Amino acid sequence: MAKDTQGILWEVFVQTKPGQPHRHCGSVHAHDREMALQNARDVYTRRNEGTNLWVVPANYIVASSPEDLGPFFEPANDKVYRHPTFYHIPEGVTHM
Amino acid sequence: MDKNAALFNYILRLADTNLILGHRLSEWCGHAPFLEEDIAMANIALDLIGQSNSLLQYAAKTEGKGRTEDDLAYLRNEREYFNSLLSEQPNGDFAFSIVRQFLSDAFDLHFYEVLKNSKDEMLAALAVKGHKEVIYHFRHTSAWMQRLGDGTDESHERIQKALNELWCFTGDLFEMTDSDKYLVKEGIAVDTNLIQDKWLRSIDEVLEKSKLSRPADSWQQKGSRQGIHTEHLGFLLAEMQHLHRTHPQATW
Repeated sequence: MAKDTQGILWEVFVQTKPGQPHRHCGSVHAHDREMALQNARDVYTRRNEGTNLWVVPANYIVASSPEDLGPFFEPANDKVYRHPTFYHIPEGVTHM
Repeated sequence: MDKNAALFNYILRLADTNLILGHRLSEWCGHAPFLEEDIAMANIALDLIGQSNSLLQYAAKTEGKGRTEDDLAYLRNEREYFNSLLSEQPNGDFAFSIVRQFLSDAFDLHFYEVLKNSKDEMLAALAVKGHKEVIYHFRHTSAWMQRLGDGTDESHERIQKALNELWCFTGDLFEMTDSDKYLVKEGIAVDTNLIQDKWLRSIDEVLEKSKLSRPADSWQQKGSRQGIHTEHLGFLLAEMQHLHRTHPQATW
């Protein structure tokens, strides 16, 4: 098989407006930090999507695995009182 | 000196260099070393063609003979094109295209910086847009100069060779005609003598970081201001203009 010459994988997070959280939008290949940042800019912000960018080497992201689904997430299923649905939200409040 | 004719020639020169360089870069579309760089090169090509489109519209308006930007782009021959000799050089390998772009970006960086103060409002406005774009282009190509220059033996050798081969076309970038000098006096055009040192400094800074050496000053190929080109432009125009000349009134 041909040797992979495309560099490592980086995950890309784009912030659409100042103050908003950075959202994961995909990944790029790159050999160094500057290349990763530029590639992310070129691939993911060419239609006016962004005001800020994060790139992170994919191997630095620690992920839960599919087997964790039960023990990690199901215990939250019957804790309905954790949702803030019992409060009245005053009119005019956004971003809740 | 007919101010309008001088201005028309001046705008055309800027438009042509952007168009030809943009077209050259667009030839990489689908062929760049990897997907992300393919998109990066196409993005830069589109910036340049966009600049050219605005400039050609302005040129057509300045000329006032009813020609459109399409007429100017698709119905002029080699000797009526005034793009820089550097812009028309064929892509070669990736290193060659990067050096061509880098030398050109460094020029535009300082050129637009001055053109932003032009007394011609339209040129000043287009320079503001162009300057913003070229700051990124220069950052992109500078990073590649470093990566390839300070990379493997092979990448170093290839990019140094490209630099040596292209250096003889850089003097042409700074050529000024009598009509340009007239526009400089009018506060409209850029006096390229005043940006040459800055251009050289920007290049030297990057070359030093890239472990590359600047070719010695030697004979320079000039002539684009008189419409005299290297043999490559004719082939480029044949390809670029073919569709329009075959179907003259075709629209999307």
